[in-house]
Amino acid sequence: MKADLQKNRTRNTLRTATDHLATGLAVLATVLVIAPLFAIFGYLIYKGASSLNLAFFTQIPKPEGEVGGGMANAIVGSGVLLAVASLLGIPVGIGGGIYLAEFGRGTSLANAIRFTADVLNGVPSIVMGIAIYALIVFRQKHFSAFSGGVALGIMMIPTVTRTTEEMLLMVPHSIREAALGLGVPNWRSVLSITLKTASPGVITGCMLAFARVAGETAPLLFTALGNEFWSVSLNQPIAALPLQIYIYAISPYDDQHRLAWAGSLVLIALIVLAVSLVRYVASRGILKGAS
Amino acid sequence: MGVGIEVTNLNAWYGTNHTLQDINLPIPANHATALIGPSGCGKSTFVRCLNRMHETNPIARVTGSVKIGDLDIYADASPVEVRRRVGMVFQRPNPFPTMSIYDNVASGLKLNGYSNRKALDEIVERSLKHAALWDEVKDDLKKKSGASLSGGQQQRMCIARALAVDPEVLLMDEPASALDPVSTSKIEDLIFQLKTQYTIVIVTHNMQQAARVAEKTGFFLNGRMVEFDSTHKIFTNPTDKRTEDYITGRFG
Amino acid sequence: MLACAASIFAIVVLIAIELVAQSQMSWHASGLAFFWKFNVDPQTGVPLFWDPVNGVFYALPFLYGTLVSSLVALIIAVPLAVGIAIFLTEMCPRFLRSPLAFLTELLAAIPSVVYGLWAIFILVPLLREQINPLFIDVFSNATVVRLLGWTGLVGDNGLFGGLNLGLGLLTAGVILAIMILPIIASLTREVMSTVPHSQREAALALGATRWEMIRIAVLRNARIGIVGSIILGLGRALGETMAVAMVIGNTDQIQKSLLSTANSMASVIANEFAEATSDLHRSALIEIGLALFVVTILVNGLARLLVWAVTRGNPVRVN
Repeated sequence: MKADLQKNRTRNTLRTATDHLATGLAVLATVLVIAPLFAIFGYLIYKGASSLNLAFFTQIPKPEGEVGGGMANAIVGSGVLLAVASLLGIPVGIGGGIYLAEFGRGTSLANAIRFTADVLNGVPSIVMGIAIYALIVFRQKHFSAFSGGVALGIMMIPTVTRTTEEMLLMVPHSIREAALGLGVPNWRSVLSITLKTASPGVITGCMLAFARVAGETAPLLFTALGNEFWSVSLNQPIAALPLQIYIYAISPYDDQHRLAWAGSLVLIALIVLAVSLVRYVASRGILKGAS
Repeated sequence: MGVGIEVTNLNAWYGTNHTLQDINLPIPANHATALIGPSGCGKSTFVRCLNRMHETNPIARVTGSVKIGDLDIYADASPVEVRRRVGMVFQRPNPFPTMSIYDNVASGLKLNGYSNRKALDEIVERSLKHAALWDEVKDDLKKKSGASLSGGQQQRMCIARALAVDPEVLLMDEPASALDPVSTSKIEDLIFQLKTQYTIVIVTHNMQQAARVAEKTGFFLNGRMVEFDSTHKIFTNPTDKRTEDYITGRFG
Repeated sequence: MLACAASIFAIVVLIAIELVAQSQMSWHASGLAFFWKFNVDPQTGVPLFWDPVNGVFYALPFLYGTLVSSLVALIIAVPLAVGIAIFLTEMCPRFLRSPLAFLTELLAAIPSVVYGLWAIFILVPLLREQINPLFIDVFSNATVVRLLGWTGLVGDNGLFGGLNLGLGLLTAGVILAIMILPIIASLTREVMSTVPHSQREAALALGATRWEMIRIAVLRNARIGIVGSIILGLGRALGETMAVAMVIGNTDQIQKSLLSTANSMASVIANEFAEATSDLHRSALIEIGLALFVVTILVNGLARLLVWAVTRGNPVRVN
């Protein structure tokens, strides 16, 4: 048997070499993928951290060309927009998810709705922006925080729906049966039990959707528009953190670039926090319901 | 022609779990040797040590020696080299679903660099005949996918696939346990014919099967090999009481 | 509950209606030729596509910009994404798997505008000063031009001719590649992990090396799903706006060179909508948005079909 092994040595060397090459290339690919991440985060921290001071969080932008100021109004503005968005996106999303998981399971209507949610998810955010522009801004003849919030809210719906449905489907059947066996009177009560069990997962889904739209700029370009001054009115244009970053990034002023980096750092920090939290919750198995 | 296998002081661990303890076993050439024992006794692990498949699990560890013919498979060769010379058939048939029957059987050959169309055709035909599947599939060799056959046919195709690379040893891990009785008996007939050309080691929890096809049988219990003798003796007059208890159905 | 679910339907329909309604003006002006026609400047012979001042609106440059930047992105991203997927699923030591996967997901969480910011100040100078010159040297090399000049891709008028500003199609392609990498990688991973272990064992038992096992047992079985992941990545690339808008250079022209500035369908809307000079201008931009809407639906639909075919309806987290 040993003799047989010697026979094919050259071909086998080639096969081994190819194996090693493949491994090397895969490692190289991994390094090349992870590298930009470190590059981006590195620069964000390097350029952004030094610009973060109290003024950033408390002041509004200074007039063009002047040094200093902050993005306080943009942070608050984002808060307002996200509040409006959540008010729209979360209830509709959870409602849709409940329908898909509990009532429509297997029906073609449910499949159609699931497919539509996927379609909605894939709509480019800029298209969403001009659609809402046409729907609301054009009709009202002015830009507003309301329209921006609606655009963001619609974008939250598919993620929240999907996650809610998944989480509800993961609730063990035994819990539903236990509730029915106890003589719980109607579907509403069973629902409140299953929903309660699935709630950590559902909340996680909402956080994911929230984090995703918090960084969106394109839908706000023609709806919320942005605002240099303090404003929390729903009927007026309003500033938003990603929007402000965009405006500053393409401006000719160095100081505004500095603020853009700082703003990016804040934005990323919030998003990374949300994503990490989601992962932590998921890994602890809290999403698995009663088990 | 097959070769014999000499197992000396084989110990195997999965992590801290001492799965096989001090196995010593001479497996004769050109015979079928059956390994029986209750679930979890280590017979599958043992067979996987013979072609170093247990190493696919990162926490697996082995000491001792296994010599197939004149080759110490742990000291003198890499796992890949060993597996080229030792064929394996698994409990559930695992044909490659994206390949035709022809490509399935030829897959081992193509890996080894065979590209001559005529040579491949011949070997595929010969292997399928050896596996008693040729007549059933000869018209559909390239048209049907490997996964479109029935369970029994799939398993015979997997046997053909293993035979195509002309191994000296054929390992079979409960090859018929997922099959219906008709397919099972076809496979058993097959083993009967194959053992004249190959050394076969077959793991089975079906004692009647062992009695039907194997000359020698080894009884495993809790990671140890309790008794190894001619099949006839094991089943009619075992030396060890534990063997007798298992044979008569007192446990397992 | 049904109301909530049905409202999703209503929203999509509403969006479609609004887009169609608002693009009517442009549709009446040019019809389907909107997407391929062009005028020719009588004095210079240069094709004219998009001229807001003179009310000429033909969208071909933006289709070109979207296509080229997405193609460049795919060429860069696909090998890397499949590579890291293979590494994570088949080669990576257990303890590294989770952290690396997490890092890849983090890439997906970075907002487009932050990518754009980084691209403007770090990527653009890097390309302009270090990377593009390398390509330019190769493509203008005398021997290369002599051998390959007939393709029209080399030399001053080729793929790397013209001004090297650091902005443009190539830069947009690179930043798009970084952005679509995570989604292709994570979906490919999911698809690869649905391949049953018994397949890998079958290949290994035949004496395959690890790479051969990956090739014939994993990649072959998962190939439909992997194609689906790539198409999904393409869908993402088609709709990406902010980062592209910030580095593609905002030019409404078709030029052969990858170094040339351009506009994609998404970026032209972002760059011009706010200051659209006329109702026709705005309507034309909305018509481009409608086209983008339709194309992304088709592409995403196809992608999900392919991925579903492999994972059989088990929910696969895409975002």
